[in-house]
Amino acid sequence: MSFSWARVGAILQKELRDYRRNRFVVFTMSLLPLVFLVVPMIQLFAAKVSTTNAKVDTRIGISLLYMLIIPAIIPSVLSAYAVVGEREQGTLEPVLTTPVRPEEFLVGKALAALLPTLAVAYMIFGIFLGATAAFVHPAIASAVFERNHVLVQLLFTPLIAGWAIWAGIAVSTRVSDVRAAGQLGMFASLPPLGIVALMSFNVITPTLALALGLAAVLLLVDVLGWRAVAAMFDRERLVTGGRQ
Amino acid sequence: MSREGSVTKTYEAGLGRPSSAGTSALVVDHLTKRFGERIAFEDVSFEVGYGEVFGFLGPNGAGKTTTVRTLGTLLAPTSGSATVAGIELRPGNGPDIRSRISVMPESPGLYLRLTVAENLECFARLYRLADGHERIDRALQAVSLTERANDLCRSLSKGLRQRVALARALLSDPAVLFLDEPTSGLDPVASREVHELIASLEDRGVTIFLTTHRLEEAERLCHRVAILNTTMRLVGRPDELRAQLFKRSLEVQLRAVLADPASLFSEVSAVEGWEARASSSYLLSVSDPDAAAPEVARALVHAGADILSITESRHSLEDVYLELVDEDVEAKRR
Repeated sequence: MSFSWARVGAILQKELRDYRRNRFVVFTMSLLPLVFLVVPMIQLFAAKVSTTNAKVDTRIGISLLYMLIIPAIIPSVLSAYAVVGEREQGTLEPVLTTPVRPEEFLVGKALAALLPTLAVAYMIFGIFLGATAAFVHPAIASAVFERNHVLVQLLFTPLIAGWAIWAGIAVSTRVSDVRAAGQLGMFASLPPLGIVALMSFNVITPTLALALGLAAVLLLVDVLGWRAVAAMFDRERLVTGGRQ
Repeated sequence: MSREGSVTKTYEAGLGRPSSAGTSALVVDHLTKRFGERIAFEDVSFEVGYGEVFGFLGPNGAGKTTTVRTLGTLLAPTSGSATVAGIELRPGNGPDIRSRISVMPESPGLYLRLTVAENLECFARLYRLADGHERIDRALQAVSLTERANDLCRSLSKGLRQRVALARALLSDPAVLFLDEPTSGLDPVASREVHELIASLEDRGVTIFLTTHRLEEAERLCHRVAILNTTMRLVGRPDELRAQLFKRSLEVQLRAVLADPASLFSEVSAVEGWEARASSSYLLSVSDPDAAAPEVARALVHAGADILSITESRHSLEDVYLELVDEDVEAKRR
């Protein structure tokens, strides 16, 4: 039996339906991004053109970093729940007795965390850019719209989300408590943000080549993450809860 | 209502063996599962024929659920071999085996924020059923839940959730259906509904592997039963198990106590032994109750006794079960 996108679709559809009716997920998806939109907007509105270029750059860097916290935090919350949540509800065993393969199950779970994250993150970034163009001083706005800044956001949003998802799912397959999974998943999602922060604050000069290179590395890590998590997916351990 | 009448026609080959060779839905051969030093079950062997309802009994911790999980490819056996729905139980065969079987675990495991139909749709897609919607309709009809298809599962009672889980297990028309304690925690009415569903599945020729510790459930529903207590203790039809463990006997109820029962019963050739029971009744060991009963009646009438009843004493499956489990407890004490 080969990899089936139909089974991936079954998991994805089930997850999306479940999210829609889950208050905690709806709250995480709607309120957190709003926080990460309002705070950077205040940063930019408060910036004065008379201040030094370095200070303006720092404010822009902080604002854009807030945007990238969205793809790190939201999927880590969703994916940390992916396996341990099902186990706690007693829904994991029935699914594992179907022909679904670990790889299919995991890709379905990952897509279910990735797609809403991308939709929310890009939408919030779009609102941020629109508000910047409309209300922020043109000199600061043009700095925000600088090609590398926008590229970093567009490129790194899915890659950071990918990291956060696989880190969250990896945690979720190994712990037996939903809360612990959420906290550990959030921690594990942060490392890529460090590199992006260095680029946003111009500590590392964000050239196009560097951004693309880092993106390639992150992409590779995401793919390897999928394979590693699939290898860690031990039906026996998941079913018995490690209490043997 | 016992199912033994229909069993006799189909499973005449006897203890632990379905009648026709090569038509086994399950073949388990010296299967063992250990978790480290702890033995979950050991050296378990049995066969289940297609269309058979096979009861798997045992006390808590006997290894019933672990056996189901092993045959359902969730756990890897430590040693031994098995064939499930015609496919050898090996690590690479997991998806193929799982596509031919269904497992209904003890807990229904439904997605409570999804509707009944959405739950079934998810599983129909996991089995890649081309006619998924028709199958969902049929499965819902089978469990009489068509009208609740659009209800959220969290709004259903425990009994209804169990029925949804059964509908989910039926979706793929499995070659073997594993039911793990399907009536656990249900009230008598909900249990009866599940029993009726299982009986209707038997009529449709579904092979059912039923684990339970409710003996009346097993006696009522199963063609054959196996009794497991880490190791396999017995396999066979309930009447065969009774015959194996207990001598046949007649229970005689009189109006008054006999003056000299020893000399009376010793003169009846069909009686092999006897014991007095409470309130002027006697238990007589016999090899053929049908032949012995008239002879005993004549002897009693001749002795002037007033007979209230002479009946063959029946041992329930519970008696068989308790006898075996007590033996195990005794053996452990020793």
